[in-house]
Amino acid sequence: MAQQTAAKEPTVEQIAEQKIYKQFGVSDSEYELICEFLGRKPNYTEIGVFSVMWSEHCAYKNSKPLLKRFPTTGPRVLMGPGEGAGIVDIGDNQAVVFKIESHNHPSAVEPYQGAATGVGGIIRDIFSMGSRPIALLNSLRFGKLENDRVRYLFEHVVSGIAGYGNCIGIPTVGGEVMFDEAYEGNPLVNAMCVGLIDHDQIQRGVAKGVGNPVFYVGPATGRDGIHGATFASEDLTAESEAKRSAVQVGDPFMEKLVMEATLELIASGIVLGIQDMGAAGLTCSSAEMASKAGNGMELYLDEVPQREEGMTAYEMMLSESQERMLFVTEPQHEAQAKAIFERWGLHCAKVGKVTDDGRLRLFHKGEQVADMPVKALVDDCPVYHKPSKVPDYYLKNGSVDTTRYEQVTDLNAALKKVLGSPSLASKEWVYNQYDYQVRTSTAVVPGSDAAVVTIRGTRKALAMTTDCNGRYAYLDPEVGGRIAVAEAARNIVCSGGEPLAITDNLNFGSPEKPEVFWQMEKAVDGMAEACRFLETPVIGGNVSLYNENAKGAIYPTPVVGMVGLVEDIDHITTQEFKAEGDVIFLLGETKAEIGGSEFQYAVHGVTEGRPPELDLATERRLHQAVLGAIRQGLVASAHDLSEGGLAAALAESGFGRGLGAKVDFATNLRPDLALFSESQSRILLSAKPEQAAELAAYLRSQDVPLQKLGTVGGDRLTIAVNGHTAIDAPLNEFLKEWKEAIPCRMQ
Amino acid sequence: MNFAVLVFPGSNCDIDMYKAVEDVLQQPVDYVWHTSTDLSAYDAILVPGGFSYGDYLRCGAIARFAPVMSEVRKAAEQGKFVLGVCNGFQILTEAGLLPGALIRNKSLKFRCHPVDLTVENANTAFTNAYAQGETVRIPIAHGEGNFYCDDETLAKLKANNQIVFRYAGENPNGSVDNIAGICNERGNVVGMMPHPERAVSKLLGSEDGARMFKSVLNAFASKAQTGAGSGAGAR
Repeated sequence: MAQQTAAKEPTVEQIAEQKIYKQFGVSDSEYELICEFLGRKPNYTEIGVFSVMWSEHCAYKNSKPLLKRFPTTGPRVLMGPGEGAGIVDIGDNQAVVFKIESHNHPSAVEPYQGAATGVGGIIRDIFSMGSRPIALLNSLRFGKLENDRVRYLFEHVVSGIAGYGNCIGIPTVGGEVMFDEAYEGNPLVNAMCVGLIDHDQIQRGVAKGVGNPVFYVGPATGRDGIHGATFASEDLTAESEAKRSAVQVGDPFMEKLVMEATLELIASGIVLGIQDMGAAGLTCSSAEMASKAGNGMELYLDEVPQREEGMTAYEMMLSESQERMLFVTEPQHEAQAKAIFERWGLHCAKVGKVTDDGRLRLFHKGEQVADMPVKALVDDCPVYHKPSKVPDYYLKNGSVDTTRYEQVTDLNAALKKVLGSPSLASKEWVYNQYDYQVRTSTAVVPGSDAAVVTIRGTRKALAMTTDCNGRYAYLDPEVGGRIAVAEAARNIVCSGGEPLAITDNLNFGSPEKPEVFWQMEKAVDGMAEACRFLETPVIGGNVSLYNENAKGAIYPTPVVGMVGLVEDIDHITTQEFKAEGDVIFLLGETKAEIGGSEFQYAVHGVTEGRPPELDLATERRLHQAVLGAIRQGLVASAHDLSEGGLAAALAESGFGRGLGAKVDFATNLRPDLALFSESQSRILLSAKPEQAAELAAYLRSQDVPLQKLGTVGGDRLTIAVNGHTAIDAPLNEFLKEWKEAIPCRMQ
Repeated sequence: MNFAVLVFPGSNCDIDMYKAVEDVLQQPVDYVWHTSTDLSAYDAILVPGGFSYGDYLRCGAIARFAPVMSEVRKAAEQGKFVLGVCNGFQILTEAGLLPGALIRNKSLKFRCHPVDLTVENANTAFTNAYAQGETVRIPIAHGEGNFYCDDETLAKLKANNQIVFRYAGENPNGSVDNIAGICNERGNVVGMMPHPERAVSKLLGSEDGARMFKSVLNAFASKAQTGAGSGAGAR
């Protein structure tokens, strides 16, 4: 039998002579290095294992030097990058666990399963830490909805996310969706999961204790998803469709069982180390667990549950079949572990043993089929410092004056256009497909600045959001990176929370292009600076490169997933105006900043110039002032000004309860620029009339620029600029554009 | 009063149901595993939402064969109170404890949002704390909530006053006659697609679901009274 399988696979010599390793993305110099580590030439299984461990997806070989620039520690950080997910202390022996991960390439070829397994994968990262997942979020990018293929991708990505999250019973509480030609053919599907854990339950993926057995739990291994990690580390091309088999198929029901059983197993206290089989499946989990303990591991592949007949060692090691876990316990606990899994209708199989020789050895059909140093697999992948070059477009944009556009005078029409732009329009069509209420802890449902999930048995809650404006990041990656962090924090603050930490998903084009690498560098610098300044360290994340379509790289899209702590549920604040007569204030300064704005895109049809500026000291002052006001009970509603500027923020704040507003904005800017500028560090607040004076006095004492704009009420939205009416129409007319934009395009 | 919340593999609203009983009623409540063969300790059996057995084959079609279901049937015959919500409703129809069937939403999409319901029958064990004809706000979250029955069954449901809730506004799933919830002829078994356990506090956006739990406590109290009364021959 062993000979029969060997006959199908290329021999050691064929791999070397025909350079078969190149198909797996292994370069000549990397192949040489592998030969050096082994002291001989690798066989087919070994080169397969090395290729996935050394892919960008697993080894971060092109992004590692950049990731080192992030601040990753802080007084609250219990676990930073390196494990399944990062962990942040929230007091009372509790902690929050969260991480974001991309599934862009699979979703581009098989949107339903690609998105669904993206959700499944990130959930496993959270519960393998011993944490109970309590919420899901996502960040999605598509091309324009006028394109048939884009509508197909959008529809099936959303139903894939819904299909998985709804079934497993974790609420999808928030996220963002944006549409731009830049993402045509290469959508972005980033999924984030948030969990809760008690400090003493925290688990690590380590293979502790020489001689201890290694167990496999979950469904049998099939041939699906082989080389998924490699697939995710190359450009999408016309041939990608042929790699559909690299996309895994998810079963949320199975994951629900595995999750419940795993949490029960961990609670029983007998687990020494546990890790999910995500990217690169059995290979990555076994190598990483052994590496973290400084041990080795033997795997007996005949014991691995198999769904298909005649699977080779190569196929078993590289399969990305879903919903599988690997864990280590002491031999005397085997029966107890098995009983827990059997109660959930699952089988666990003893597939290996922890060893002390620092090697990953694989046995199949009575033979040793691979023998590799663990350290070489996990730590010794070469790291590349790619060349970086300022792109021409960036230089050209420096001389674009975005205030030169002819003045737009019909601002009613402009606001409708902006509100009706799918990126800004209501996402009800999306989130109504997600069960956002299961677990009955969702206090702020999708549609406000950040979602808020309460923590049972306490007065505390968690605010959470995902953010990134790819247009800003394209026009100036450094500023865009800074804004992504700042805006996420602003959303958390507007919901009544104190920003704790972030997880990041760096979505970029091919790092082989110096211009793309420049974008990566700059974006990371901007994010790192903002994270340091706002004291929100990076506790984990994901890098997705090679996001390209026929026209080139996608917009650089460094997505930020942020979690904040709401100290008391009384502080929970939403964006919607609450009552007639409430007083509206604008905090922050409005400048003529149209570059990269939704107004520039929807009305002028271009994305050019420089994005809005961001001063971190100003931003932090604003956060402290607003959070202070919220905690004093002075704020009725709070809404971050972002895409669509002041005009869109006023409309959106009114939509929640169908409350109009009458405001007059004093400014030295042209009305169209004033109302649609996307200047940063601005927040719209409303307050009860009897509290308005106190709120204003407090904010002034905090040195925050403040303007009283007007009052909430009526069924019209009336916005004047310097006393002259600029926008005036029934709120319902704006609501209609906003609400129907996506459903109309999806019919 | 003792409550049981059934747990099938894939149930995911079991915790929510359990907490609702605890928070609203402060009555004893247990999770009861699908393999259990004894429900004699319980006065009310709550069948929660979720995706029992992954909803494979058909929603509720596998769960109806779980060992605990024959006990649920027995309990219903004894006049104990049984409530099925969402997947629980689907299971009760599959088990034949309630008529009709739940098929895919007309939109073919999962829908999650609050809906307004009209209380059509305020005389059941689970609705006596509502006023007849009252409008209440309770969220839905389902992909297969489209209630279907033939004309003859519908006529019977109407004649016996078995329609408990109707969608007051837009029909979110294509249900026959806007039906959101029904009961058996005796009124002790109720099934509904909306989730009352998700509407038990202001923080969740509505408290209207809390009265379903209060209703069953009322029903239990009056049953105990009449039961004790007739038992003692006081009349």
